[in-house]
Amino acid sequence: MGKVKKLGAKTRYNIITYTVVVLAYIVMQLLSTGDMLTSSIEGMLVPICVYIVMAVSLNLTVGVLGELSLGHAGFMSVGAFSGVTVAVILENAVASEPLRLAIAMVAGAVFAAIAGFLIGIPVLRLNGDYLAIVTLAFGEIIKSIFNNLYVGLDSNGLHFSLLSDNTNLAEGGELIIGGPMGIGGIDRISTFTAGFVLIIITLIIVLNMMNSRTGRAVMAIRDNRIAAESIGIQVTKYKMIAFVTSAALAGASGALFAMNYSTIAANKFDFNTSILVLVFVVLGGLGNVLGSVIAAAALTVLPEALRGFDDYRMLTYAIVLILVMLATNSSTVRGFIDRLRFKKTGKES
Amino acid sequence: MSFLNFLISGISLGSIYAIIALGYTMVYGIAKMLNFAHGDVIMVGAYICFYAVFSFELPPIVGILMAIAVCTVLGIVIEKLAYKPLRSAPSLAVLITAIGVSYFLQNAAQLLWTSSPKVFPRFFNFGGQASVSFFGGQLSVSWTTIITIITCIIIMLALTWFTGKTKRGKAMRACSEDKGAAQLMGINVDATISMTFAIGSGLAAIAGVLLCSAYPTLVPTTGSMPGIKAFTAAVFGGIGSIPGALLGGLLLGIIEIMAKAYISTQLSDAIVFAVLIIVLLVKPAGLLGKRVNEKV
Amino acid sequence: MSKQREPVKLVPVPNPNIIPERDADKSPILECRHLGIDFSGLTAVNDFNMAIGRTEIAGLIGPNGAGKTTVFNLLTKVYQPTRGTILLDGYETSKMTTAQINRLGIARTFQNIRLFNNLTVEDNVKLGLHNYINYGTLSGVLRLPKYWKAERIAHERALELLSIFDMENLADIKAGALPYGAQRRLEIVRALATNPSLLLLDEPAAGMNPSETAELMDNIVKIRDLFKIAILLIEHDMNLVMGICEGICVLNFGEVIAKGTPDEIKNNPAVIEAYLGKGK
Repeated sequence: MGKVKKLGAKTRYNIITYTVVVLAYIVMQLLSTGDMLTSSIEGMLVPICVYIVMAVSLNLTVGVLGELSLGHAGFMSVGAFSGVTVAVILENAVASEPLRLAIAMVAGAVFAAIAGFLIGIPVLRLNGDYLAIVTLAFGEIIKSIFNNLYVGLDSNGLHFSLLSDNTNLAEGGELIIGGPMGIGGIDRISTFTAGFVLIIITLIIVLNMMNSRTGRAVMAIRDNRIAAESIGIQVTKYKMIAFVTSAALAGASGALFAMNYSTIAANKFDFNTSILVLVFVVLGGLGNVLGSVIAAAALTVLPEALRGFDDYRMLTYAIVLILVMLATNSSTVRGFIDRLRFKKTGKES
Repeated sequence: MSFLNFLISGISLGSIYAIIALGYTMVYGIAKMLNFAHGDVIMVGAYICFYAVFSFELPPIVGILMAIAVCTVLGIVIEKLAYKPLRSAPSLAVLITAIGVSYFLQNAAQLLWTSSPKVFPRFFNFGGQASVSFFGGQLSVSWTTIITIITCIIIMLALTWFTGKTKRGKAMRACSEDKGAAQLMGINVDATISMTFAIGSGLAAIAGVLLCSAYPTLVPTTGSMPGIKAFTAAVFGGIGSIPGALLGGLLLGIIEIMAKAYISTQLSDAIVFAVLIIVLLVKPAGLLGKRVNEKV
Repeated sequence: MSKQREPVKLVPVPNPNIIPERDADKSPILECRHLGIDFSGLTAVNDFNMAIGRTEIAGLIGPNGAGKTTVFNLLTKVYQPTRGTILLDGYETSKMTTAQINRLGIARTFQNIRLFNNLTVEDNVKLGLHNYINYGTLSGVLRLPKYWKAERIAHERALELLSIFDMENLADIKAGALPYGAQRRLEIVRALATNPSLLLLDEPAAGMNPSETAELMDNIVKIRDLFKIAILLIEHDMNLVMGICEGICVLNFGEVIAKGTPDEIKNNPAVIEAYLGKGK
């Protein structure tokens, strides 16, 4: 009896999460084919998917692992630049656009995972606010590097240079990454469906991981590191698994994001982007995957929905953000909600 | 001589970072929160001073005092409205609220003062000269630089005296050690936290004026990057520690200017952050921070 | 290096009263030799020697601040000892981490309860079983047959372990929501799940009323008999210590002031002085 009930609770949550995402996709797809979406909403479909994946993946670090990361956009950046580079290289070799996009996203994920691993080695030795500031620092370093990186492709292969364009490309060569200019002339092969598939894959990875031996260990480290060590859990290993997975998913979403636009520059993935995603995670609830999905979608659309406010749009956004935080966290409001909940559960039992 | 020149600019920039970092570090010490809106208070201070001097043609010193007054009040209001209700909330919730306040200030500034850049006036001319020369003209140091460094020294001395000798300063230290115990000893914790925000924001106004005197372009996002760097400086020196903020700020300023001068202008930020990471790996609680081990 | 050092006091044999008869001819599960630690110049524990038999229930007592919990922290490598050696089942543990120590056989509870509060009771126990659940991250994400099988076994084993304290019906509750006594019991279950050969209990009866304490005493003995393991406990409740411990070690100011059976300790003048002060 207890067993059935328990399986029910976790599984039910997962089923609701998948259902919400699938239904939202079907509705949006129907609206889109029926030409019932404004062009601005239409243009936001891929970014919404990207931010959902970003939020869910950051939730893995912040909510599940319990370490504040302020540099998540850095991994998105790594994924975007490496993904597009791979897509450009494969332009002739792989004709199918969805396949090329898939390969680019995988490449973005792999490079971001490598970056995550390398950054994780020093970062995960620190705790709390110090860890946060170091992720911030790495985010800024990644931005600086991509702002000054030049990558070109010609018949002799790839050429790299830093600070100024010394790639000396041969005749017919193409400069892929052009320092502060970023990447231009990108094939816009990202699609809403690709975004949807990426979200589903992300959900499968994150939800399944959370409900497995690995996820339990990660959450144990979050709840009480010393106790986790005392029962034989290798803290660094599991921190790293969570951190690298989170980085890889951000990388894949970065690749998807970049190929939704014709140009992309490193400044797009700055501290503010990291913070934006963090806001999604915290508003959606730490460790709450469905919450991240909804918060990311709602808050990406919100500025658009506030277009009626015109100049006051971002100001209203800021006020909404503050009010929501006050409403959900202040002790008076909380006490009120708890009382309501208590009444409700009281009735049930 | 060029090295000496760079060193002096580094110290000057570092002094500004140190003054901003003090705001971060004091608020962190007492409220255990990262006040992300702090950088934007700097910007507000600079705008107030700018308009006081330009539009109302008040003397610079009045403009500076007005900036300090407005920012102090702003700091207290922000604390009362946005942070105080969240005193017992998880720290991440407070962080996001602070980010909301930061967005709010930036966008309010954009509405009030538009996003077109303002060119900040040069205040610090004495005898018609913007700078003084040493060593027969080989070394020229601007008055802005000199005043920045002197201001920083005065602020440090004043704060050290305040936290070490006065009753309110001691109350502040007591609150940052243990709020519960401080309350039991009859210290008004709420008032002390308000006071800390007031001091930090007042300092931010001074930093804003100094920053814009040295780098005269003023836009609504002027405060963000110096804010992040000063926050880094506070962590660098050991967050919560007042001498740490000074040391961290100065080192950060010097490293930034030296990296710009001798390595690469474009990569100077990356170098600053790389040094920060290395320092934190060697000293995980910053240069002067105390490492608090969890009691098992 | 350990050869020059003096032989260990409690086990094997020098004082047959301390170890239970059944362990008399066996090597000890744990042996500490000249263990010590300094915190920035302050000596917290010094020259700590102790041995525990394989199925012994031993007590570590002493006034507040005597260094009892520090000894636990040294044994589990939460702190790195400044001096001395720890032999666990004959293995030198100096280069091991807390997690490795656990896998080698020491499990512990904490004075200030340390549960995974946001996880369910069952998940807390499953975490204790972590190193006995054999599937990797990938199998977990892909939900391979291995995953289902291992999770099913872990689920059954977790409920079985919880049944020691009749806690199976609490399996789905968040650990943080449990009442205090149940939290203490869950910590013991979680430690037992790691399949230890030595269980360290840090004030297991703290905050319990006499009837709960009596029940706990029965349970500690039951655990020893069931799992055939050694138990070392820190406790201030003298009824518990004198009631179930076969060997007792008394610490004061970081030094061992007495060792022996409960009866010997009760009548030891040094112990009485440490607890009650010098009589005039």
